[in-house]
Formats: sequence, structure tokens, C-alpha cells
Amino acid sequence: MALKTRFGRDRHGRFQVRLSAQERELLAGLPSQVLELLAAEDPSTRRLFPTAYPDDPKAEREYRSLVGESLLEHHRQALDTLAESVTADVLEAGELEQWMGALEVLRLVLGTQLQVTEDMTDIDPDDPRAAGFALYAYLSMVQDDLVEALASELPKGGKE
Amino acid sequence: MTFAQPVEVDLPAGDEDIRPDRPWLVIVWNDPVNLMSYVTYVFQKLFGYPRDKATKLMLDVHHKGKAVVSSGPRERAELDVSRLHEHGLWATMQQSD
Repeated sequence: MALKTRFGRDRHGRFQVRLSAQERELLAGLPSQVLELLAAEDPSTRRLFPTAYPDDPKAEREYRSLVGESLLEHHRQALDTLAESVTADVLEAGELEQWMGALEVLRLVLGTQLQVTEDMTDIDPDDPRAAGFALYAYLSMVQDDLVEALASELPKGGKE
Repeated sequence: MTFAQPVEVDLPAGDEDIRPDRPWLVIVWNDPVNLMSYVTYVFQKLFGYPRDKATKLMLDVHHKGKAVVSSGPRERAELDVSRLHEHGLWATMQQSD
């Protein structure tokens, strides 16, 4: 594994993308699969649309009709950006944000499919889900690198 | 992990406006997918919290199962919830007791 982070900020405030051809090929194939699941309203995408008002069905329906479409569009846009820029060597901070959002969507859907738990240390290599867990672990590392790169862009102080 | 459920009663329409002074609480719940680093980053980015406060809230979510991350009028809380949902976090809202 490379010692350097996958996304290095250069002196122009842009990010160098250090991914192998194999990694890019892997990432390139994922957005379209999840876009299809979204279009089909597959149950594995339910985690992308959490309930805002668990105790109030009427308010929840209103919330859903108000934000449901834009939330779907938000997730789609992130996946589209990843698919379109997966071969790029340099990304702007805004594009990197979209990548992070895409990785979030991919991990939420894959995590739902695999029924991941917080304690995933002992994966049996004979488990039919082993390949899925390996992909999930890889996506977690990429997202963590994206977070690290973008966190360096946050204002230092913040407000109370 | 449990929390008190309000007793269901029949209230007239618009009941939520009877006591508009009660703020709405935005709650983020623990889930097995979201990375600790990511959750901290989202709290910093969306709410402008300093890293220490964002980290403390993230740890509350992780260890206690949930944390109140913001509060205010209903419209404001709903906006916060929708932004958290855009970022994949499991957020709900409820009026404070």
C-alpha cells in the first residue's frame, strides 16, 4: 500500500489523485450499478433516504415530498461526478467533495447489502460475502483519505 | 438503547404550533457504516463547529448511540436534517420536552 495519501493537496489548492489504473477501473464500474439500484428503488438504497420524523407519519410524508427528489438528485450527482472524473489526475476541492459523497453512497448501499456491523474484524474467507467485504474495506480507506484531504481545507477555528 | 416515546393522543391539526417556544432537536444516530473521521468532518463542515466539539459529538453518537447536534425553530431543524441526509447521516428531529 502506498505510503502517501491518495489525494495530495498541491500548492494551487487542487488535489493530485494517486490511484492505480486498477483502482480507477474498480471505482469506474460502481456508480452505474448504484444508479440502477436507485432508479429501481431497490431496498438496498433505503439507507440513503432516512426518516426525519420517526414518530409523525404525516410530517414525514410532507418532509419526503419536500426534499425527497432533491436528496435523490444530490446522490445521483455525486455518483455522476465520480464516474465522469474517475480518470482525472487533478481534482478541484468541489470535485473531491463529490467523490466523498459518492463513496458515502457506495458504502451505504454496499454496507446495507452486506448487513455490516461495527465489529467486522473476523471475516471468514469462505464467507460468500468475503469479496464484498474486501471491496467495502477498500472503499472505506478511499473515503477516509478523501476526508483527510478535505479536512485540511476546513477553517482552523470554527465557531462555538 | 431506548428513549422515551411520547404518548399518542388525538390533537387538533397544527398542534405543533401551540407551544412554538419549544425548540426542535436534531438528533444523529449511530450506524455501522459511517466512518468516525467522516462524521466529525460533516459536523465541522455543516455546523462550523471546531474540531474538538465535532469530535465530542461524534464520540457521543458512537458510544451513546445518538447525540443532539443542533436545535432551533422547526424550519431550521428541518434544513439541518436534510443537509445531514444529503451527507448520508442517520438524522431525525423531534420537539424538545
